[in-house]
Amino acid sequence: MTDPSTPDVPGTAQPATRRRARDRGVSRRGVLAGAGAGAVGVGAGLAGGLGLGTRESSAAQPAPEAQSHPFYGQHQAGIVTPAQDRLHFAAFDMVSEDRADLVSLLQDWTVAAARMTQGRDAGPFGATSGPYDAPPDDTGEALGLPPSRLTITVGLGPSLFTVGGHDRYGLAGRQPVALRRLPHFPGDNLEAERSDGDLCIQACSDDPQVAVHAVRNLARIAFGRAALRWSQLGFGRTSSTSTSQATARNLFGFKDGTMNLKAEEPSLLDQHVWVPPGDARSSWLTGGSYLVARRINMTIETWDRQPLREQERVIGRSKAEGAPLSGGAEFTQPDFALTGRADQPLIAPEAHVRMVHPDNNNGVQMLRRGYNFVDGSNGLGRMDAGLFFIAYVKDPRTHYIPVQNKIARGDGLSEYLQHTGSALFAVPPGAPEGGYLGQSLFAS
Amino acid sequence: MTGPSRPRPTAARRRAGLALTATGALLALPLLSACTDNTAPAGGDDGDPRAVTVQATDQGCSVSSASAPSGNLTFSVTNAGTKVTEFYLLASDGLRILGEVENIGPGLSRDLVLSAPPGSYFTACKPGMVGEGIRSAFAVSDSGDSAAPSGTDAQLVATANKNYAAYVKDQTEQLVAKTDAFATAYAAGDDAKARDLYPRARVHWERIETVAESFGDLDPKMDLREADLEAGQKWTGWHRIEKDLWPARAKGYTPLTTAQRKTYAADLVQNTATLQGKVKTSTFTVDQIANGSRGLLDEVATGKVTGEEEYWSRTDLWDFQANVDGARVGFEGLRPVVQQKDPALDTEIDERFTALQELLDQHRRGAGFVSYDDLSTGEVKQLSDAVNALAEPLSRLTAAVV
Repeated sequence: MTDPSTPDVPGTAQPATRRRARDRGVSRRGVLAGAGAGAVGVGAGLAGGLGLGTRESSAAQPAPEAQSHPFYGQHQAGIVTPAQDRLHFAAFDMVSEDRADLVSLLQDWTVAAARMTQGRDAGPFGATSGPYDAPPDDTGEALGLPPSRLTITVGLGPSLFTVGGHDRYGLAGRQPVALRRLPHFPGDNLEAERSDGDLCIQACSDDPQVAVHAVRNLARIAFGRAALRWSQLGFGRTSSTSTSQATARNLFGFKDGTMNLKAEEPSLLDQHVWVPPGDARSSWLTGGSYLVARRINMTIETWDRQPLREQERVIGRSKAEGAPLSGGAEFTQPDFALTGRADQPLIAPEAHVRMVHPDNNNGVQMLRRGYNFVDGSNGLGRMDAGLFFIAYVKDPRTHYIPVQNKIARGDGLSEYLQHTGSALFAVPPGAPEGGYLGQSLFAS
Repeated sequence: MTGPSRPRPTAARRRAGLALTATGALLALPLLSACTDNTAPAGGDDGDPRAVTVQATDQGCSVSSASAPSGNLTFSVTNAGTKVTEFYLLASDGLRILGEVENIGPGLSRDLVLSAPPGSYFTACKPGMVGEGIRSAFAVSDSGDSAAPSGTDAQLVATANKNYAAYVKDQTEQLVAKTDAFATAYAAGDDAKARDLYPRARVHWERIETVAESFGDLDPKMDLREADLEAGQKWTGWHRIEKDLWPARAKGYTPLTTAQRKTYAADLVQNTATLQGKVKTSTFTVDQIANGSRGLLDEVATGKVTGEEEYWSRTDLWDFQANVDGARVGFEGLRPVVQQKDPALDTEIDERFTALQELLDQHRRGAGFVSYDDLSTGEVKQLSDAVNALAEPLSRLTAAVV
């Protein structure tokens, strides 16, 4: 699986028109650019993950859409990677009970994901080559599109290990204690067809077509081994995961994720995101993380009728700057004790910022990576809109479940929210070149 | 409109499935499966010695290398000339064809992928598609890479083709007999008997559906559903009668008169006889059989598993089984060829057929199947997953047998 084209040196361009019989998945741009000289430097790699902090200034950076993130590494890409603009998330159920099928699927996904994240076709022949009487091994809609910072992140759900006590693949002894279906939270209105799953793929890219292409081809590779259970498109990021990014806004119109964990804070990531070396059940997950996915519908029509005063009171921040109502600027720490007239706190007791602040949650933080969605509209003429919430945490029992229970009970924002989908996945550490995602789970 | 609607492949598109002519690629598509391409090319970036480029012009045939190690070879042929061209890899006798790509229009490129054992060969471009072609010697050295046997056992192919033609003929004969009985009962007003015979007769149509559809004018007369009609188009055939026998889902339906019944019944019988006449002289090639198998699974995926084919009678699972039967017969006939050329694909398709059949068997009732309405959403999803699981490797069958 040596892939000499994997760019892991910042600013290194690769030729766009390499062409090998057994490895036609050349840069998709090369296909359209023809065999011209002066290949486009589409493969220029960004320093991934933690290396970001040491990146040189932007002088020689290629255009963002031409950038790619290394696939192989200590951690999977798509977690601390600066959040891309678009999401296609997909959950799968295994349809084979054969352990060898599970292993081969993860191997095949790894190979195809490594290729596609570098802007190449999913298979060795590519979308327009190979035997004329066979369907092409890539579906083709990403031809001519640059890598667009695509990342593909794979997770494993609790039902992959045991279902009703049944050990499906001989992995029951390696199911981490924390990897259990999330409990029911107050107000949950979950739909089975938007929840859970044996496996998941998070594809993020700055180009929605590139993200969809990735999920489509991985779903195709899975046929007969795993089948799509549910999927979700996200059209706009609501989180920044790097200090190089501006804070984005959610569909309430407020900045979201001001306090998010950032790639430039490695010690905080170790403290809150990466799974530390643990017991026999979870040692394979060391360096990985847990992915919490929640499809949160927003009743945006009702929200939009609230006075600005009410909106800011519920959030606890100013709508314009995102500054805490206790004063300052966006990144000023909120002062929950500060009071105004009648000794009422400036940040209301039920304000969202108060509910979720680490100081009020035993110091826990999450790395959030959510996306806005609008899935058309319902029969009442309202938008089916909201936030597809994604958080990466080192342990959902300490870093998500208590916080969500608290929000569901007491957060003023909950009045405008309804959780309609839920899933938890263990996200294995990254794969080294030549290895595959999840390999440590199967090591004897 | 009370009928179902779904995008239905046009007759022209469906015919194309059978109209494809065989090309000579000898090798199965390598599996997407990992690690088949991890042997780095010896010569660096563009140095894969098994990748050969061919520049074909009206006067020339420039092959990038005169030799290659044995294994899976890819000739990427670009037609830089003004005439339609072809490219061949010929055995040392200059006669036997190991592989060919044909109909390459000016300016287009196409790959010839094949597996060649060590030996001496000729490459040939044939601009204008006439004459002996522009030939060059080509050598394949022994790399130790065990290639699948090249060339096709002509006897196996001939047997497969002959057996499939016999199957189609036999199914058509049964279709004629059962359609006659069905039409008689229906015209005579014996609805109970007609309802009983309806799915039993259609089974024989569905088993050879891709063949029946290849006669473009017959399919719309016999198998069109209400949702497929153009405004003003007359509706005849199986589904017209189906609605009359099972009008429960129709709103304000007016039953057909006895005279109308007789007209529709006679029309169906006559069209079935016409089909039989056409099938009698039909012959088949391995690529048609393989594409037909895939086409039958496509029919299951788009029309049967969704419960749209038998909108009125809800007998979709009968059709489902019949499509699978036909696909399996096509595959079974080709197995001796597939087993030689791509045993892994043979095993995979066989296992997936078995898994799908086991699932279908859970829904049997009496001589047939439960109503589509009796299936839960979860059961439909299971069936759909099993169809997808089979259709994916089945889509690689044609390239493996041509």
